[in-house]
Amino acid sequence: MASATVSRANRRSWVYIPLTMMALFYLVPMFVMLNTGFKSFAEISLATMWKLPTSLSIENFVAAWDALSPNLWNSVIIVVPAATISSLLGSVNGFVLSKWKFKGANVVFPLLLFGMFIPYQAILIPLVTFMSNIGLAGGTWGLVVVHVIYGIPITTLIFANFFRTIPDTLLEAAKVDGAGIYTIFRRIMIPLSVPAFVVVYIWQFTSAWNDFLFAVVLTNTEHWPVTVALNNLAGSQIIAWNVQMAASFLAAVPTLLIYIFLGRYFLQGMMSGALKE
Amino acid sequence: MTVESPETKSVSGRRKLFRMEHWWGVLWVLPSILAVMVFVYGFIGWTARVAVSAWKGLLPDYTFVGADNFVGLASDPRFHIDVRNTAIFTVVFILGCLAIGLGLAILLDKGIRAEGFYRSLFLFPMAISFIVTGVVWRWLMNPAQGDRLSGLNLLFDKVGLDFLINKWYATPTWGIAAVALPAVWQMSGYTMALYLAGLRAVPESLREAARVDGASELQLYRRVIMPLLWPVTLSAVIILGHISLKIFDLIIALAGKQVALDVPATYMWTTTFDGFFFGRGAAIGMVLLVSVAVLVVPYLWFTLRQDRA
Repeated sequence: MASATVSRANRRSWVYIPLTMMALFYLVPMFVMLNTGFKSFAEISLATMWKLPTSLSIENFVAAWDALSPNLWNSVIIVVPAATISSLLGSVNGFVLSKWKFKGANVVFPLLLFGMFIPYQAILIPLVTFMSNIGLAGGTWGLVVVHVIYGIPITTLIFANFFRTIPDTLLEAAKVDGAGIYTIFRRIMIPLSVPAFVVVYIWQFTSAWNDFLFAVVLTNTEHWPVTVALNNLAGSQIIAWNVQMAASFLAAVPTLLIYIFLGRYFLQGMMSGALKE
Repeated sequence: MTVESPETKSVSGRRKLFRMEHWWGVLWVLPSILAVMVFVYGFIGWTARVAVSAWKGLLPDYTFVGADNFVGLASDPRFHIDVRNTAIFTVVFILGCLAIGLGLAILLDKGIRAEGFYRSLFLFPMAISFIVTGVVWRWLMNPAQGDRLSGLNLLFDKVGLDFLINKWYATPTWGIAAVALPAVWQMSGYTMALYLAGLRAVPESLREAARVDGASELQLYRRVIMPLLWPVTLSAVIILGHISLKIFDLIIALAGKQVALDVPATYMWTTTFDGFFFGRGAAIGMVLLVSVAVLVVPYLWFTLRQDRA
């Protein structure tokens, strides 16, 4: 028995070769970002892109930080409230649409869900017009509102899928004990749904952080989040490519950290996007 | 799905209470429903109205012009480029993701050590924005030739794979295929995760049965496992397909506003917000919406119906 397992494991060891090659492929852009980032200005040259730095320097990151730090902060003050409000709203919607169904809930749910697939180009002109009219275009709060509203479908879906796994008997028992909707939601559902909160928060944080389209049409230069600023910086002829690499890395760090530490939850959010549980 | 709770059996007073509570639920979701009704469906209607208007320039002009904007697109050479680019991008992107995703999933499913490590590596690009991806890959795919060789071309030169040196996104006509590569880099891990979940759902007994019957590993995959993975492939094609139709950030970050690498989503943006051709922009938005809806609505319909059954 033991020898059979060993021989099977040996037979499988070739598997590591393609896997490792693919792993290297996925790491190439990271390598270039960091390798370039840690070189000194003197050592930067496109011809030596693949050579390791002779000595470590953080000049590029300092330059990138100088260029991007206001925008990184803008991103934070957009993304944190957006993700927080989205999670709360999603939990309420998900709860009602899965555990407190009303007549028509089965119609409302797919109509909500369709909202997460639409190309935003199809709502962009009214959105910009509307946000300007109500005075929310230009600043960061308008973007918070937009992320919350267009986040309703996915956050509702993730919470609804989660709440469906909670047995109805729990609800029935609480109802018999005289608990109303608020008590049931507040005392039973919220404490149980911490994992769903993590998934949704991470999902909304990541997608709002990575958003470009809404930000580019709804914020002015001063309030640009990091994606718009990075794209602008990369498009300019003044900022050297090495600083662009370091800047790209800075823009990617927050979501990468989330991925590294909370990747499991991130993946759950991803799978919900395919309507899979 | 469980059967609806037997509230009809309750006493009438309790029933009334349930009714009231029932309406509380509606009240709780009403703000979200209204917001989506306005910001999704209302705005789509508004865009449709703009699409049949003469609106050009900064001031709104809702003069009805019928299908003029759509007819204009049909004979617009730039829009032809967009459609062709989207087609090439979609094919390269979807096939690339499916091939790499399935391959990696099969390898990972062999029950290897460090599976979690590899899986995380293949998936991390998902966490990064398309803007970052675009900026970095623009340098990796630097098209400069000769002694200005850099990026991947330089790497190919160094390791003796000279024949792979190419002009990437600067290749005439097919440049858009190069733009699809970073998208494959970003989304193939996700496809892998979908396939891996599918493979894990294939019962071990089925594999054993096929092996006992003398099936080779290849036959096992071709005749037993692949047919079972069809639903996964279909989901993946729809999800990737709608991403592909909507692709925008990556193009902007990688290619800027070059017409050669234009797609409908970028054309809509430049014509509307740079050129102030609102009518035309709205028409492109509607074309995009319909193409995504054709792909997604049947999927949504069947998936949700299955859930309920």
